[in-house]
Amino acid sequence: MRNLKLLGALAGAAALAVSASAFAQKEIVIGLQCDRTGPTQTVGVFLCPGYHDYIALVNSKGGVGGSKIKALEIDHEYKVPSAVESYERHKKEGAVLIGIYGTPQTLALTQRLTEDKIAGTSPGFGAAAAANGDRYPYIFPIAATYWSQAAGAVQFAKNKLGGSLKGKKIAYLFYDNPAGKEPMPVLEALAKEEGFEMRTFAVPPPGVEMGAQALDIAQRFRPDFVITHLFGRSPSVSIKEFKRVGYPLSKVVSFVWGASEADIQAAGGWAVAEGYNAIQFAGVGSDYPVLKEITEMYKKQGKPAPKEMASTVFYNRGVLIAAVHVEAIRNAVKAKGGTNITPHDVKLGFEQIKGFSLGGLVPPLEINNVDHEGGGWVQVFQAKGGKWVKQTEWFKAYPTLLKKMLATGG
Amino acid sequence: MFHRESGYYKTTYAADMALYPLPVARWTVAAIALLMCAAPFFLHEYYVSIINLILVATVGALGLNILVGYTGQISIGHAAFMSVGAYTAANLAVRMDLPFWVTLPAGGLMAAAVGAVVGIPSLRIRGLYLAIATLAGQLIIEWTINHVPWISGGVQASIEVARPTLFGSQLKTQFQLYWFLLFFAVLAIVGTLNLVRSRIGRAFIAIRDHDIAAEILGINIFRYKLIAFAISSFYAGVTGVLYTYYLGIANYEQFTLITSIDYLAMIIIGGLGSILGSIFGAIFVTLLPILIRLGMENWGAFLFGNTDINNLIPNLRLIGFGGLIILFLVLEPEGLNRLWRNIRNYFRVWPFSY
Repeated sequence: MRNLKLLGALAGAAALAVSASAFAQKEIVIGLQCDRTGPTQTVGVFLCPGYHDYIALVNSKGGVGGSKIKALEIDHEYKVPSAVESYERHKKEGAVLIGIYGTPQTLALTQRLTEDKIAGTSPGFGAAAAANGDRYPYIFPIAATYWSQAAGAVQFAKNKLGGSLKGKKIAYLFYDNPAGKEPMPVLEALAKEEGFEMRTFAVPPPGVEMGAQALDIAQRFRPDFVITHLFGRSPSVSIKEFKRVGYPLSKVVSFVWGASEADIQAAGGWAVAEGYNAIQFAGVGSDYPVLKEITEMYKKQGKPAPKEMASTVFYNRGVLIAAVHVEAIRNAVKAKGGTNITPHDVKLGFEQIKGFSLGGLVPPLEINNVDHEGGGWVQVFQAKGGKWVKQTEWFKAYPTLLKKMLATGG
Repeated sequence: MFHRESGYYKTTYAADMALYPLPVARWTVAAIALLMCAAPFFLHEYYVSIINLILVATVGALGLNILVGYTGQISIGHAAFMSVGAYTAANLAVRMDLPFWVTLPAGGLMAAAVGAVVGIPSLRIRGLYLAIATLAGQLIIEWTINHVPWISGGVQASIEVARPTLFGSQLKTQFQLYWFLLFFAVLAIVGTLNLVRSRIGRAFIAIRDHDIAAEILGINIFRYKLIAFAISSFYAGVTGVLYTYYLGIANYEQFTLITSIDYLAMIIIGGLGSILGSIFGAIFVTLLPILIRLGMENWGAFLFGNTDINNLIPNLRLIGFGGLIILFLVLEPEGLNRLWRNIRNYFRVWPFSY
């Protein structure tokens, strides 16, 4: 009899456990890839905590449509086989969307995502051509691609040089890999359209040696403006070299991966980099309401704000990616009228994103079934007095040209 | 323990030369084959995808082991030969619309040709110097693919390839691709098993053990070193083609120096100069990060906070990986394969071990 009672209690507990797990399954799962230990770990260690903090903030407010969101992070060390494995794992866990991390990984997963009809986001990664939603229905760059950044850089140079680029000279200093070469068609087309002379200067990997290129630019070519597109350690080297050869940093504008606080520090500090311009696809600085909310959330738990927040460039990008993901899920939940959403619902959710700005941290994205980039908005910040200072509001440059190039595939 | 090795008499040369002379070995192989055939029907797609990755890695590890383990020539350009195979197959498949049974051997042969050229320095130099020469090969191939749009397809240096078609139907799902990859992995394993006991394989081993002695014995070192490079690169090229069809894209950024080093780690951990070791190595290197992550996800919460775990898992994997390589080099230089043999030998006469 006693045994029976025990058995009953056990069965009850088991039933409770089952129902608890059934309840837990109502979470909406997001598959998040990250790289905290591989070649791009300097980005990942700040970006991914930013992502998780925003998801935690959403969950602390009750989640989306009453369901909590679970971001399942898998670190793939920037390796393609690991990324494939992580994707299959995410799929097994029922992820409604995948946050892809890394260009080779984005390319490797494109076909699989399309076959499985799961939306994947590749902010700052992958091919610019993926912005074309007709050709790549399940890849969402959601942030300015290298093409849009190139257009933005030329537009910025044009404004700085008095509104015309006719007869001006622009140097393009780039990391010699596929990503570094990607913007070239746009720059060439713009050189023709605006009538400036463009010359390219390649930096071979790993990009820690560019004394010759900097000297070539500053003393032989003598451009009116320099656009740089460098990765990893090399942006800081470029700042140092331009300083050494005496080229004014205020006439240098960098793409998004040479635009963090860490690059400035590695170059020798803010005093050295004074005047250096950088393109951003997420707002920079800690002056955004959403970041204050995250700090408040930590304070309520009795914890200090995470130290990763100090790297506002990468942390804010993490917050932006999370915010766009949550917005897509929100749209999907709204359209479906419940939280039992499928990956396809979320894909449609992405394509309805419009008019949310998170207090300026997110550009006025407008994603639809053709434009998966959301417009290609960028903002330029300048290193000034020990921090990044906003130079321009959100803008999109040469949209008609880019649209034409996207339609023809470059 | 389970079987006796005495009492089997071989009466023909064929029986003497059989790959598996003992019935128990034949039964084991049959059981493994049966298991591999049954596995995808029972396993979740996720686990099938892991096996797929292991199968591809096995082909590459076998190829590297032929060169490093059997012939004793160090190469850290293995991944570059994979990219040669990948781009050859991708170009043939896209431009000339050729099926995989043409592009796959073509990719392998192209890689073999390039590998033989990169292997030429091995005739004069060995050891660390050869490693640097193959490193140069790796970088030259990477540079060439990056800078010649005719090979790499221009922007972003990648070529999208349709998945393989067999009898009119496209192999798309992990389940379908499993059979595709299994076929070539088994072919590679059987091929290597037979290669290393052939005239060529014995010449490789003679060169590894003492190349001058081998030359005096009449082995043409020039020829066999280049053959070793060519065969090894052929395997690498096939690995690249398999990746291309598995992922649906050829992209050289996944075949960088780090990948070469990963494959070296596989054969060092698995066991140099051993076929089973190559398979063990491919399994181990693929599974280790997954197992560490699973362990941390399930039990890490007892020790660490949620945010720490995300940081801890990748770092723990790096520490574990590095530590294990050192441990293997110090304690068991012959790798997992030797460990397996030790266990087997212990149980061979168990419990009457004297």
